[in-house]
Amino acid sequence: MSTVAQTSPARRGLSRETVQFAWRVAAALAVCVALSLLSDAFLTTNNLLNVLRQTSLLFLMASGLTLVILTAGLDLSVGANIGLSACLAALVIKSSGSPWLGVATGVGCGAMIGLANGFLVTALRVPAFIATYGMMWLILGATYFYMGGETVHGFPPSFRQFGSGYFLGIPIPIYMMLLFLLLGTLFAQRTVWGQQIYAIGANPVAARLSGIPVERRLVLVYVVSGAMAGLASLILLARVNSAEADIGEHFTLPAIAAVVIGGTSLFGGSGTIIGTLIGALILTLVVNGMNLLQINASWQPLVTGVIILFAVWFDIRARKSGN
Amino acid sequence: MTRGLLTRMPGVAIALVLLIAVFSLANPNFATLSNLQNILIQSTILLLLALPMTLIIMTEGLDLSMGAVLTLASIALAITAIATGSIALAVAAALAVGLGFGLLNGVLVAALDIPPFIATLGTLGIAQGLSLVATDGQSVVGIPRGLQQVYGGAFAGVPIPIIIGVLAFAAFFVLLYRTRFGSYIFALGGNREALKLAGVPDRTVLIATYAVGGAMAGFAALLMTARMNSAHPTAGIGLEFDAIAAVAVGGTSFERGNGWLTGTLLGVLVVGVLRNGLNLMAVPSSAQVAGIGALVIAALLIDGLRSRP
Repeated sequence: MSTVAQTSPARRGLSRETVQFAWRVAAALAVCVALSLLSDAFLTTNNLLNVLRQTSLLFLMASGLTLVILTAGLDLSVGANIGLSACLAALVIKSSGSPWLGVATGVGCGAMIGLANGFLVTALRVPAFIATYGMMWLILGATYFYMGGETVHGFPPSFRQFGSGYFLGIPIPIYMMLLFLLLGTLFAQRTVWGQQIYAIGANPVAARLSGIPVERRLVLVYVVSGAMAGLASLILLARVNSAEADIGEHFTLPAIAAVVIGGTSLFGGSGTIIGTLIGALILTLVVNGMNLLQINASWQPLVTGVIILFAVWFDIRARKSGN
Repeated sequence: MTRGLLTRMPGVAIALVLLIAVFSLANPNFATLSNLQNILIQSTILLLLALPMTLIIMTEGLDLSMGAVLTLASIALAITAIATGSIALAVAAALAVGLGFGLLNGVLVAALDIPPFIATLGTLGIAQGLSLVATDGQSVVGIPRGLQQVYGGAFAGVPIPIIIGVLAFAAFFVLLYRTRFGSYIFALGGNREALKLAGVPDRTVLIATYAVGGAMAGFAALLMTARMNSAHPTAGIGLEFDAIAAVAVGGTSFERGNGWLTGTLLGVLVVGVLRNGLNLMAVPSSAQVAGIGALVIAALLIDGLRSRP
């Protein structure tokens, strides 16, 4: 399968992936129907825009992670990365008054963390989950130490537009979600580098033998994942209008869940960016439904954990029956 | 073993000696008998997690849920103790919670083939959610008095946690090096195919390994709850990281299935000495976490360099 996947991954994967994708869209619609029956507040413009806005935040942090998981890697430092990037960006915006300098800081910080992850995974061949796990705690500790329990809040309106502004009645993060959906899909499906990333995930040995610069592509996906986490941290910062050390901590599990629910295999080589968008949508709908039905927010990590386990289990079953 | 001694002993042992030397020079309160005894007592909970974590990592696995399971077990212990007044029932509840989650991890990894880091990340979420739901985010206080003795008491002049730590190390040493189960664990990491061909029920062994990890988290919850005389829904969060750090610093490899219990013991002491010494120097715990993160990455670097062909 792997050698075939290398020569024409997109075409060969299309039919099966299209079917799987249709199932996921159906699942999202089913959740929508169920919620509209259970709660009058669900099918309102405000709530739906709210769901999409939260989906876009989750999608942005999960889209870069999708590329990492396509290579059979993992980035457990996404949440910690969001925390540090948001806090640094907040401090830069506060001290300089320039939103753009803040944006550069957030994305730059995220990308640097990604670069460090990529270095550990490629040059030192540390397994991705343990390298990014060590990195996660290193960053968490550094963020808490640096912030020292402080909260930075109150940013200029021009910056807050990123998270809470509207254009033609639609929240700006939704446009960013669509933009990065387009860019990500084009990159993954229509560029040589994107196809090489699929090939590395499907069979790293064959990829190396066929002349793909595996190390450089791996570093690239970790840098992209880090930079997207940095970008997502800015949307989050602009939305909540305050930064604390723990601002990103609870996003790692949902981000991985969005990728896995979206049909990207943890074993690498198969998955799509738009699948991750549907995954992020399903997860956000579930959380939104729990809020509307006034279910205690304490249940959320439990529900996310159960969903992630089922999603991975389905993937493994599909792989076994497929082979 | 001999080769292991030659190649691994220097790293972790030198790190431990250096840390002790530095902290002794930096702070006159460090190298006192009572503080050294304190380090041993404080390291016990970590040792109880790091021992089974060594076995799990030797099978090329990982258990990210240990801290969250310990927390949930501690809450179960406190709630049962308050409701029934019986410490024995409370301990049984904690062990049951730990064992249950350990079995769940084992089934997810061994029977459903879910990668260990994702399986245990999922159960981490489940255990954390249950802890929050059970306590509504509040501390559980009002545990009957007797429990504190488990952490604060002494037997024949030796603090009980130190006795527990020594017994646990001895038990795991025998389990790993002197039983068939132990040799299966070595084979699970290094040569799983051979194990299967030899007719060993490899999945059962793997489930048992995770079950031991869960049960030990439940047992560690006893010490943790006795230490604080209360249970809190965030008390054990991140403890699995200290345990993984101790195992990594101790020279157990994440890829090649070779583990070393004495290395883990020294790794636990490295983490314990580091935390204690930094506490004495009034370094905030956030910086300690970052320091241990850097320590893990350093250990991975050294392991990575050593495994180079």
